[in-house]
Amino acid sequence: MELVYLAASLMMGLGAIGAAIGVGILGGKFMEGVARQPELLPMLRTQLFIILGLVDAVPMIAVGISLYLIFALAG
Amino acid sequence: MASGTDNSAEYISHHLTNLVYGRLPDGTWGIAQTAVEVDAMGFMSINVDSMIWSTGLGMIFLLMFGMAARKATAGIPPGWQNFVEMVVEFIDDNVRSIFTYSNTMIAPLALTIFVWVFLMNLMDLVPVDWIPSLAYAAGIPYMKIVPTTDPNITLGLALGVFLLVIYFSIARKGLGGFLGELLFHPFGKWAAPVNLVLEGVTLLAKPISLGLRLFGNLYAGEMIFILIALMYTGGLVLGIFGGVLQWAWAVFHVLIITLQAGIFAVLAVVYLAQAHDVESEH
Repeated sequence: MELVYLAASLMMGLGAIGAAIGVGILGGKFMEGVARQPELLPMLRTQLFIILGLVDAVPMIAVGISLYLIFALAG
Repeated sequence: MASGTDNSAEYISHHLTNLVYGRLPDGTWGIAQTAVEVDAMGFMSINVDSMIWSTGLGMIFLLMFGMAARKATAGIPPGWQNFVEMVVEFIDDNVRSIFTYSNTMIAPLALTIFVWVFLMNLMDLVPVDWIPSLAYAAGIPYMKIVPTTDPNITLGLALGVFLLVIYFSIARKGLGGFLGELLFHPFGKWAAPVNLVLEGVTLLAKPISLGLRLFGNLYAGEMIFILIALMYTGGLVLGIFGGVLQWAWAVFHVLIITLQAGIFAVLAVVYLAQAHDVESEH
């Protein structure tokens, strides 16, 4: 049963790494785009949030499933 | 703890079990009273609470927006009409920028998906113990009030979008055009089986990822709310800390539920726009 905790922490950690890299690249490119063309800021911000939601979904799902593993399955 | 459960695992699984109607082990039809009975029902069962809450919220959406449309004035809009106009305009702008063909069904569809999914997600912000414990007091064993934490609902919505994608593909390009896109697209007609596998996976991945993304996000959010609610049993200090956490997570969740509803609607429009795309030569 101890392996469940290990699995859950791996899920959370690896999901967070991937999303962090993704959000980092996304934010950097967003800043770059705004610096180049400040007048596109409102349009870019909308797109930023849409893609942020897509990237954010993966680690959130991993967190939810791993919390289920820890508290409901192993707890 | 509202439902008298004595450990956290039972509490969590109580909150994550639907009110299911189906064939009971003794052969009669009825509501399942325990999680074991729910498992025994298998496929021939229906999640009553998800159905009631989702259709109820859909009706609320139709009534509220219909009321604003019937009473609409051309002068200074009163509060509610103003809000409805804002939402409709937001959807209209988005659809116009993504969907460049002529189809009067797409924008109303996007509006319905957006507001309906948003309302279903909004039930997540109701404290997790209120309605289930009321229902428990009234003799109903389970009550899960967030329909989008039920994969049946989200995958059902995605399936509806998928059927529309296929319908518009065929209506726009003809059956031959649609099948041709599946068979001849990436590598030409001599590699038709490979093309069919590749394009088939692409086609099927759309509804599955659409439905599972919404389900996963809301399920995770609900799970965290339930875990925070568990902290209220841990004494005064932990309880106060839990209250702060619940408030913070709810504030963050306002962003998530709007974003996920928006993403579902936008992606549905994107897929439908792809279905209208008459293939140009590559």
